Amino acid sequence: MFRTFRCIVMRDLTLAMRRRTDVLTTLFFFIIVVSLFPLGVGTDKETLRHIAPGVAWVAALLASMLALERLFASDHADGTLEQMLLTPQPMSVLVLGKVFAHWLLTGLPLVLIAPLVGLQYHLSDTSIGVMMLALLVGTPILSLIGAIGAGLTLGLRGGGILLSLLVLPLYIPVMIYGAGVVSASAIEGSDLQAYFSILAAFLVVALVFSPWAAAAALRISVE
Amino acid sequence: MSINWFKYSSPATFYPLAGKLVPWFAWLTAILTLAGLYWGFFQTPDVLSEQKEYYRIIFIHVPAAWMSMWLYFVLVCWALAGLVFNTRLSYMMAAAIAPTGAIATFIALWTGAFWGKTSWGTWWDWDPRMTSELILLFLYVGYMALQSAIDDPRRADRASALLAIVGLVCVPVIFWSVNCPDPTQCAALHQRSGTGKMESNILIAMLVMVFAFWMYAFAVILMRVRNIILERERHATWVNELLETEK
Repeated sequence: MFRTFRCIVMRDLTLAMRRRTDVLTTLFFFIIVVSLFPLGVGTDKETLRHIAPGVAWVAALLASMLALERLFASDHADGTLEQMLLTPQPMSVLVLGKVFAHWLLTGLPLVLIAPLVGLQYHLSDTSIGVMMLALLVGTPILSLIGAIGAGLTLGLRGGGILLSLLVLPLYIPVMIYGAGVVSASAIEGSDLQAYFSILAAFLVVALVFSPWAAAAALRISVE
Repeated sequence: MSINWFKYSSPATFYPLAGKLVPWFAWLTAILTLAGLYWGFFQTPDVLSEQKEYYRIIFIHVPAAWMSMWLYFVLVCWALAGLVFNTRLSYMMAAAIAPTGAIATFIALWTGAFWGKTSWGTWWDWDPRMTSELILLFLYVGYMALQSAIDDPRRADRASALLAIVGLVCVPVIFWSVNCPDPTQCAALHQRSGTGKMESNILIAMLVMVFAFWMYAFAVILMRVRNIILERERHATWVNELLETEK
């Protein structure tokens, strides 16, 4: 089972490395959205510091959601997905492998670029560290939940905008605690562990249930 | 005697049954609404602590809010029944419930905004319950959008059923997270609600209105499901025979 997982991850990474622009588009989308806010709301340091967690998380939500469309689309287009459904390996493991590869390509870059956001918004070093950690725990949840939506909207016209309608409301809890912990880190002596415990709990629940639900969604869409 | 539990799970037998039930529910809606509104307007005090006449919007607001949440639960039950028993009618019921639920959610939000304007002085306050209701509206909209985006009815039914179930699983987490954005000190709900403290006349009027909304939901959902049955089963012989006799 682990070999199947690794095989899928390596395959998706190799495919992505052949076409690097896809990875960079998501990343630059994130950077551009984050850079737009100071131009819109003004460059007052205090305001920026105040809105930074929310802005970073909303931008991360949008970026990971836009990338979701490609999660199953190309495999669906060339028929690979049907072959995957026919293999004796459990579909949820294949989905988990695809989601993991997808997160490495779209979620992890966001985590690594987060310090740039911190600098743009005058965040303290601790806040930047906390934000990176929160994104590290939070973005996989986004990919996992999003996989269900991507499976359901597979091959539909206007799939992207529909996907946002389905998935964004479900992202809310992750965003609340993800942004909350960054805001809390700016206050001296606040307890951050509770936030991370909750985010980690979300991650565990999503890891268990969402590959299974996404596999069911793919079966419905492909049959 | 053996009972055929699935007798009415076939659209052909359910269609006439629904047709017979609709007038009953429609009349009950009319009677209960009249009774509830009469009671609410003429048997209740005009001034309630510091709130004036406008508190009467609860006779619409509370039933709509309750119905909006209850209907989502019922929708998911039908979706689940559809996935388990693979009955077409269950999906049709789920599809018929969604618009009514979305409208109830919208009414709850709209009347809530009026109430907020008159008693808090603001249309919108990001109160946990308002936010939850808004998110519930998003869930309904997502369900209906997915359903209408897929042309193949079988896929549309099953995909939206799965979405509704995933939504219901997430609902407690969402509600809890808007209620409690800071996990270290979880604040209580903005405003404690309790039916125990309410004046009995107001409570009676409100409960009558809840039943009125309930009957309305039954009537409208059954009417809508009849339309969906006709639309989906238009190639079946019994529909064509029915339409022939009605001509």
